[in-house]
Amino acid sequence: MTPVIDLQGITKVYGSGDTEVRALDGIDLSIARGDYVAIMGASGSGKSTLMNIVGALDASTEGHYALDGISIDDLDESALSIVRNRKIGFIFQSFNLIPRTSALSNVELPLVYRGVRRKERRERAIAALASVGLADRMHHMPNELSGGQQQRVAVARALVAEPSLLLADEPTGNLDSRSTGDVLDLMGELHDQGRTIVMITHEDDVAAHAGRVVTLVDGRISEDQRNSA
Amino acid sequence: MNVIETVRIGLQGIAANKLRSGLTMLGILIGVASVIVLMAIGNGASVAVTASIESLGTNTLTVRHGTFSGDRDSTRTQFKDLTVDDAVALVDPILAPDVVSATPVVTAATTCTFEGSSYSTSVTGTWPSYFDASNSPIGTGTPLTADDVLNSRRSIVLGQTVIGELFGDVDPLEKTVTCGGVPFTVVGTIEEKGSSGFLDADDVAVAPLSTVQSKLTGYGSLDSILVQASSSETSTAAESEVTSILDQRHGTTSEANRDYQVLNQAALISTVQDTIGIFTVLLGAVAAISLLVGGIGITNIMLVTVTERTREIGIRKAIGARKSAIMTQFLIEAMVLSVIGGGIGVLLALLATRITIADVTPVIVPSSVIGAFVVSVSIGLFFGSYPANRAASLRPIEALRHE
Ligand SMILES: Nc1ncnc2c1ncn2[C@@H]1O[C@H](COP(=O)(O)OP(=O)(O)OP(=O)(O)O)[C@@H](O)[C@H]1O
Ligand SMILES: [Mg+2]
Repeated sequence: MTPVIDLQGITKVYGSGDTEVRALDGIDLSIARGDYVAIMGASGSGKSTLMNIVGALDASTEGHYALDGISIDDLDESALSIVRNRKIGFIFQSFNLIPRTSALSNVELPLVYRGVRRKERRERAIAALASVGLADRMHHMPNELSGGQQQRVAVARALVAEPSLLLADEPTGNLDSRSTGDVLDLMGELHDQGRTIVMITHEDDVAAHAGRVVTLVDGRISEDQRNSA
Repeated sequence: MNVIETVRIGLQGIAANKLRSGLTMLGILIGVASVIVLMAIGNGASVAVTASIESLGTNTLTVRHGTFSGDRDSTRTQFKDLTVDDAVALVDPILAPDVVSATPVVTAATTCTFEGSSYSTSVTGTWPSYFDASNSPIGTGTPLTADDVLNSRRSIVLGQTVIGELFGDVDPLEKTVTCGGVPFTVVGTIEEKGSSGFLDADDVAVAPLSTVQSKLTGYGSLDSILVQASSSETSTAAESEVTSILDQRHGTTSEANRDYQVLNQAALISTVQDTIGIFTVLLGAVAAISLLVGGIGITNIMLVTVTERTREIGIRKAIGARKSAIMTQFLIEAMVLSVIGGGIGVLLALLATRITIADVTPVIVPSSVIGAFVVSVSIGLFFGSYPANRAASLRPIEALRHE
């Protein structure tokens, strides 16, 4: 079976000359369908850079990347936006909900860009919000929700379009332990439903929820081990 | 991702920033409204002045005695009278094919009285052709007749202003009115022509030339000769025919010592219209500038919006918005602002032009309404497209990193 993520020799260089930074330096990584992977590493080791490339938000300097068997390297911007819309769900550390827009509208948005009809869109968005336990908050604006609630809305938005891959960059970084628990439970459920999840984290106990832990040091993979769950 | 969805997202963007959107619309609104109102005022002035000149007849030339030029030729010894013979000579099918009639006119400033009331006006002594030449149709009664002139009858035809002043609601026909001590019988009235500002076309009293000359003015020079050209198009040709006949009769050697003056109504109208046209263009230009400023306002707001919402653009791109979707969203925001602003501007202008400003009733120029509206929408598109394109071209990761 084709892996969801297939990275070969991915290198990312920022700047040039004296200010050159090799944020990623020859990453080879393959992630199978249904896997739950935590990416760890010190600050500045290149975790977010890797995540942006995997999420098709940024292009690598060198190397090859195939997502769900599709080569991403030579897609144009328009094709990339379709890939992001259909294949990937993002969860960010800073939630990144659209301000002054209700939770429901936020969750609906990926379906709007996909061209799903209004009625169906609404039903799916409400179902997604219900699955993260926020059915009663769907008409709230982001600034009327707690951090944990906002992140759950973000999770609902990431999964509403049923992507092959959920990408989370320190999803619990801004949350207290209780909200962290809520979000991790959600991720666990999604994993149990068979979704592929890649999650960046600093914390060992968060990483412990994943089935596989990849550790980066200075843009290279230094460790790649399976948790004996 | 259909159009309705994009419009909806654009509208949400506007609703989320009500004050800012309102101010932007205000800029466009004022621009559009001022273009329409100022053009309507210019047009209204032109219509009013043209109507008041046209009420004298567009195909008439007035030959006036004397000259108004300051540096009159001092070597000129004779200053010939304008005579009835001059008038007769002007109707000549060979020398003046474009002249239909020539009517001698004398005027006497007098006071007319009827029973208790009196009114200062001028009595015009003339021939029956006057009514046609001066575009003064008879309302009630009869016009003057050739008989009246031949027999120096004391008949008089009055304009509505004189009737109003002297008779009030009383029917003036067959009544005797005394002008300059001479009793006249009112035989007819002239239909109301309407006065517009500088000239009251209804302030007239018309009597036979012979009567006025014998009783009021004496037999000096005519004040003027009213010449009717065959049409307003031929009035310029008629003017030169009249000039050459009179030059010969009066022994005029150069323009400087001409002892009469020809006033061409058609030429006057076009001069006045040209002048007002220039002012209208000037007003329009001022208004167009304010429309442009409104457009720059939209660009400014859109740029601020884009900068402020860079992160939002990043989020939208991360969840799959295409460049075209972002572009349309911002363009629609700009368009909606300018369409609503322009629309309200048009409505306000339509309301404002119902008010008469400084004696001028604004007359809307339809093309200015369409033009101003189209321009405001184009401004929205044009000035909105730069920020919209900038927003849409951002790379998602750059937009997301924006603080
Ligand atoms: N846009 C950029 N321009 C230049 N250098 C960058 C840029 N983004 C990241 N870097 C550099 O690349 C390296 C990796 O950064 P990255 O954000 O991937 O680290 P990280 O592992 O996510 O760290 P953290 O745990 O603090 O989030 C760092 O040295 C950083 O300075
Ligand atoms: Mg990071």
